[in-house]
Amino acid sequence: MEHEITLVVNGDARRVRVPGRRLLSDCLRHDLGLTGTHVGCEHGVCGCCTVLLDGLPVRSCLTFAVTVDGHEITTVEGLAGPDGLSPVQRAFAECHGLQCGFCTPGFLCTVTALLRDNPAPTDDEVREGISGNLCRCTGYQNITKAVHRAAELLAEET
Amino acid sequence: MKPPPFEYHAPRDLGEALRILAGVRGKVLAGGQSLIPLLNMRLMAPEHLIDINRIESLATIETTPRGVTVGALARHSEVEHSGAHPLLGQALRLVAHPVIRNRGTVVGSLVHADPAAELPAVLAVLNGSVRLARDGAAAGDAPLVRDVGAAEFFTGPLESAVRPDELAVSAFFPALPARTGTAFREVARRHGDYALAGVCAVVTLDDDLRVGSARVACVGVGPVPITVDVTSECDGRPAATVDWAAVTRAVREATEPEGDIHATAAYRLRLVGVLAGQALSEAAREAAAD
Repeated sequence: MEHEITLVVNGDARRVRVPGRRLLSDCLRHDLGLTGTHVGCEHGVCGCCTVLLDGLPVRSCLTFAVTVDGHEITTVEGLAGPDGLSPVQRAFAECHGLQCGFCTPGFLCTVTALLRDNPAPTDDEVREGISGNLCRCTGYQNITKAVHRAAELLAEET
Repeated sequence: MKPPPFEYHAPRDLGEALRILAGVRGKVLAGGQSLIPLLNMRLMAPEHLIDINRIESLATIETTPRGVTVGALARHSEVEHSGAHPLLGQALRLVAHPVIRNRGTVVGSLVHADPAAELPAVLAVLNGSVRLARDGAAAGDAPLVRDVGAAEFFTGPLESAVRPDELAVSAFFPALPARTGTAFREVARRHGDYALAGVCAVVTLDDDLRVGSARVACVGVGPVPITVDVTSECDGRPAATVDWAAVTRAVREATEPEGDIHATAAYRLRLVGVLAGQALSEAAREAAAD
């Protein structure tokens, strides 16, 4: 049995028919064509599929699309503004906070929410904040640098 | 890695949820941070899934002088940031990662009853309880409710006292008496993983700052959280002169860890003693400062 749901994705209301078992990650990628959200482990360990649900980072592979009917989703495609990349995205590029890029959409969503809640995190708070996202390339050094740089960029903007 | 098909139910209120549970056999979905991995890995294939995420009346955290009542839809992060209970806060910071805590629920973790999880130990050490409701259509209209104490609630690994037609609607965590300190210590392979072993401790001092009561609950070292009352081993002494080695011996004797690929039984047994000593002395220090 399929369910007709409406998701507000990156500001646009999208209607879609999904079976109950459709994961939010698959709904975004396959039904809505938003392949920026990456799928790594599909059991909540790697963090690649992290998106913002009503502003809070959650695992889209551990959420059913039908559960979040009517809610607002922000994916990596929705982070950039009309003037280009967001401060978090610019900081990751500037600090080489990525290599292959597979984990990056999850990191960007997680860090965007982290810095909104805590605009000037300590090193420990950054590590705790990104502890649920795995990166197999960078060794995390440049990612933590990028988070601190993003905090600077955000502070300059306001 | 896709969930098997199931019939999806999305009740709008508690009565509707209980009527569905009275009629079908299935699993209740709240935060889904344990259930959905099990579905994705096809370790579980329920015919029906009852999604309670639309029942806003369950998204509550109520604090009274007696304690904190956490509704079935209160997320870990909400309870953590509410500051409603010091030991709950200490335990929740050890539960998985912040992103998982945005979605997972406290009551869901209790019902999941993983013997290595933190929250069952908190309920056990505090002598808390879980409120279970079932459809009351046969006996009038109001839901039939029963409260189950922690000692009876956890019945085995991943098994709780919740019957198939019941919904866990809330959990009650009793408030701490005066001059009481708490601590939660655990060792995990990686940050955010389930613990190899963990201990939460509650220590209450009397008017002369002697240990009036001391309890621990241990995770990862038995089929359910193992609670041990070590008040008599503390022998009514001031915390600074308690023979912690004798106390931790009593804790070790009460546990029955099993070995697996992550740690041997002997290592877990040693670990639980060390962690109990640390947690108890930390809780005693906190109690003295209270």
